[in-house]
This record gives sequence, structure tokens and C-alpha cells, in this order.
Amino acid sequence: MSRPSDSAGSGDPTDSVDTVGGPVLSVERLGVTSSRYSLVENVSLQIGAGERVGLIGESGSGKTLTALAILGLLPETLRASGSVRLRGADVDLVGASEHDLADIRGRLVSMVFQEPMTALNPTMRVGRQVAEVMLVHETVAGRQEADAAAVALLADVGLPEPAAVARAYPHQLSGGQRQRVVLAIALANNPALLICDEPTTALDVTVQALVLDLVTRGVTARDAALLFISHDLAVVATVCRRVLVMYGGVVVEAGPVEQILTAPRHRYTEGLVAASTIETTDAQGRLRTIRGSVPGHGRYPVGCVFANRCDAATSACEVEPPWVGESVDVGYACHHPVSSGGGVDA
Amino acid sequence: MRARLFAHPGFVVGAVIVGAVVLMAAVSYVWTPYDPTFVDASSRLLSPSWSHPFGTDKFGRDVFSQILMGSRTTLFVGFVAVGVAAAVGVPLGIVSAMAPRYVDEPLMRGSDLLLAFPALLLAIMFSAVYGASTLTAMVAIGIASIPSFARVIRSGALQVMRQEYVLAARVAGRGPVAVGVRHVLPNVASLVIVQASVSFAIAVLAEAALSYLGLGTPPPTPSWGRMLQESQELLFVAPRLSVFPGAAIALAVLGFNLLGDGLRDVLDPRLEDQR
Repeated sequence: MSRPSDSAGSGDPTDSVDTVGGPVLSVERLGVTSSRYSLVENVSLQIGAGERVGLIGESGSGKTLTALAILGLLPETLRASGSVRLRGADVDLVGASEHDLADIRGRLVSMVFQEPMTALNPTMRVGRQVAEVMLVHETVAGRQEADAAAVALLADVGLPEPAAVARAYPHQLSGGQRQRVVLAIALANNPALLICDEPTTALDVTVQALVLDLVTRGVTARDAALLFISHDLAVVATVCRRVLVMYGGVVVEAGPVEQILTAPRHRYTEGLVAASTIETTDAQGRLRTIRGSVPGHGRYPVGCVFANRCDAATSACEVEPPWVGESVDVGYACHHPVSSGGGVDA
Repeated sequence: MRARLFAHPGFVVGAVIVGAVVLMAAVSYVWTPYDPTFVDASSRLLSPSWSHPFGTDKFGRDVFSQILMGSRTTLFVGFVAVGVAAAVGVPLGIVSAMAPRYVDEPLMRGSDLLLAFPALLLAIMFSAVYGASTLTAMVAIGIASIPSFARVIRSGALQVMRQEYVLAARVAGRGPVAVGVRHVLPNVASLVIVQASVSFAIAVLAEAALSYLGLGTPPPTPSWGRMLQESQELLFVAPRLSVFPGAAIALAVLGFNLLGDGLRDVLDPRLEDQR
């Protein structure tokens, strides 16, 4: 799945970072722990204005927890550590008070959820829900302006008859229409950062392409940073220019999309890329998979988290692999990376 | 919505019965065939006739007039008890569902404690302390109904809290109070209505029971419960005296239950496409 409009993103991805104001989002050594387990460890990433960054991983790899930690929305049983700085916010979002966070959320950062069927309040008209987020942060003068702005936003996300949609209740809309409403809410206050958590997983393929296009256009028009969470490599390749691969709560590899998809270095990324194509098969003619399954929390191997499922694992992998690369945005953490030729480094 | 309400047989029957009770109460303010408290020794224990549709009791008071007047008490107790229970129970349930565990636990254990205490016993205690009156009895019944409100609303609110739109509201920067009032409360409103109708029926029954025990509405104010009590000693002489207030209580309770069920079915916007 690719569209011409998105292949335009080429060249060094880091040159699009707005160096004047610094990165929009700067996450440093973010960790999430429950009372017993460490669920996310040492996640660092930076996103500049207008940059679209993907976060890939299997279910349970910590993608969504990372997003919730950035928003300060972790369940009360979990604790975050590290640092999350957002341009325009005076405070570190990790450990910020609920009052400060409420002011930041919806204004500087917003989020699109996976399940459009439950992301809207069934008892409120759609237009009111779009207007509400503007009224909360007083980005419009009053109720009438908010209502008018809501209709304009609904038109922006390509909903036909936006005025009629604004008067509708969520159950009167289809899944794709609802997800566009959710996107309209997320973009209402022109946030500096938009987080999308598998926004198209619940949609069928044709609607998926449309929503992805709207997300891309929405953030581009606002010069906003995008953190796009997905398990779908094709979707991430469509939307993003840079990608981080998560496994077992840690970032195992990061880099430009083309590089990750065509020349992965980490063994997990290699397996993930191989598993997502139907063009290559193994010796028995079966589709490629990664052997084993994602371990439960706390059952990851010591050292490299991927060691117990990795064909290249040796005793060296019992030690946590260091990050190899020029920055947190490009590099990998593997003792036996895939060489550019496809073999194993010494 | 209106069309669907009137297509719901339970709602229609319930609404007619509740409407009749309300109408009786309204009419009793302007007109009753006789003064319901007027004692006429010459016309004691008359059988139903054109001049006395439901007959007269042992003091010669007109039963039909008393039933009309008694409907006021029935509505009054329902509103007081449900009002007290909902005003405290609904916020308690929502707060309990939204608050961290160290707030939720004491609230719910406290409500368990209250739930374990029999409602009638509480009402008897209140009557002993503050004197027997309709109001004290009903405040007591209302207080005793708080836990059931709080629990039902809490469980509903917990379900709502798991929905992504609550998370979305927080992502939009909504504070906890706004989330509770604008996003959680409307989505548990149908539960509140159903619970209110059930509690209303229970309160009507409780008032009847307390009046029967002589702890509710004091004489001479007509009350269906006390009419039932007064008819007891004449059960074999004039059984109709217990039939009329008994039937009135049963019908009113049925009406409020049917009305609540109908409203629950119709008010839920999510069910709209399924019927």
C-alpha cells in the first residue's frame, strides 16, 4: 500500500527537525514499571515539528504504554520514570501534576485511539464533542464560535454534510466516519504533537487508506509532530519517515523507514520484516514467522530481550546489548546484527 | 424517541398507572366526594354504593376520598426517599468508580455497612428519635436506599470508565469533575432512572409497612398503609376495606416498576438501531 503523495518524503530524515525551537517531543530514558515488573525500559526518542515517526511492535511490546506514559495517563498501578519534555510545556510530563497535565493535554498534545466505536461519548452529539475540546482550552471565544469551528473541522476531515454530522449521535455514524470525528477532535486545537494508537486497525482497508491520508494531511497542515503507533509495517511505511521498533518494552532498533524495511540490523526487526511479506517463504514453502511467542511480563530473558526467540543468539546475548548508532533516532541494540549483506557480523 | 416510548407496552401501562396516581393526588387538592377525615357514626361500614363508591370504614369515613387523599402521601414518600437516595448515592457511586482505591474502598465498605442494616429498623430508630412522621420515615428509607444506588451507579460507572471516550476526554484536557459530570453521568443516567423507579416502589411499600406498624404517617392524614392496618381488625367483617388500599399500593408499585423498565429500554441511545 503506497501512495505517490507519501513517497515524496526522501533524503535525510533528521534535516526536517526544526532546530530553531528544538524537538517538539523529547523523551529520555522513559520507563514504566508495575509493582513487580518493568514493562517499558529506557525509551528515548525525539520528534521535530512536521516529523512523522512510527512506533512498531507486537502486542504487549509496550507501544501503548509508552504513549500513555507520554500523556501522563498511566493506570494508577503503574509508575513512569525518565523524562518527557514537550515544546510549549514548562514542566516535565513525567511526574507533572494532574492540573498541569490537563492543561497540556488536548492543547499541546492529543491522541487518536484504536477503537472508534468506543472513543466517542454515545450520549453527546458529535459536534458538541468536537466543540468541547476547544471550549475546555478556551481556544475559541464562545459556544457559537466553537460550534462553527467544529463544523469546519468536520468538513476538514472530509465528512460530507458536516453540519448534519455535527448534530448526529455517534451511533448514527459508521466506523470510518467516527474515526474521522475522533481525528477532528484530536486536531481541533492545532496540537504540537499528535499521537495515533493503531488508528486504522479497526477499519477496513479502503477506509484505512483514507484515514491515513487525513492523518498525514492534518499533521502536515499544522506542522505538528506525529507519533504513529502500529503493528502494521505497511501502514507505518505509508505514513512515517522514521520508525522505532519496540520489543519487550525496549527500543531495539530505530532509523529511517526505508532503511529499517530494506536493511534491518536487529534480528527482531529482520524477523518482523520477513514475517510481513508474503513474497518470500522458508524452505518448506511456508510463510516466514518469528518462532515462539511474546513472553509474558517478567519472563523476558536477561540481557537481550529477544534472545530466546533469536536464531543468532549466543552466550554473549546474556549481557544487555549496547545501543549502536549515531543517536537515539538511528541505531540498534544487538550483539549479532544483520550485516548489510545479510550475514552475521563476527 | 417519543414514538418509541409509546410503542413500548410496559412504558405505556406504567405511565397510565403513574399518571392515574398523579391525577388522583392533583384532584384531591381541589375535590374529594367527602371530607376524608370526616367521622360520620351513622354511616359506618357501608358497602360500596353510588354515594360511597368504595364504601365507608368503621368511623363512617368515605374510603374513596381517603384513597384519593392517600395518593399524595404515596407520591410524597416516593420523591423524598428517592431524592435523598439519588442525591447522595449517585455522586457517591461515580466518585467511588473514578477515585483511587484508597478512596473507593472505604466508601464501598461503608455502604456495605449501611446495606447490612435493615431499612425498616433504621426507620423505626428515626421514628423513635425524631417522632413518627411521614418525612422522618422517608428520610430514613432514603438513607437506607443510598447503598443500592451507590453500588449500581458505581458498577455502571466502572464500565463507562473503561470506554475510550473517557480516556479521550482526559486526553482532551478535561478535569475529573467534568469527566464525571459530562461523560460518566449521562452514560449511567438510564441506570439512575431504573434504580429510581425501583426505589420509588420500595419506598411506597416501606411507607405502607411503617404506617401499618404505626410509625409512618400519623392519623388522621390518610395513607394507604395505615388504611390497610386499620382494616386488619375488620378483615372478616368488611374484607373490602383491605382490598382497596391493598390494590392501590400494588398497582402504584407495579406502575413505577413498569415505567422504569420502559424508560431504561427507550432512553439508551445504543439500543435504537436494534429495535
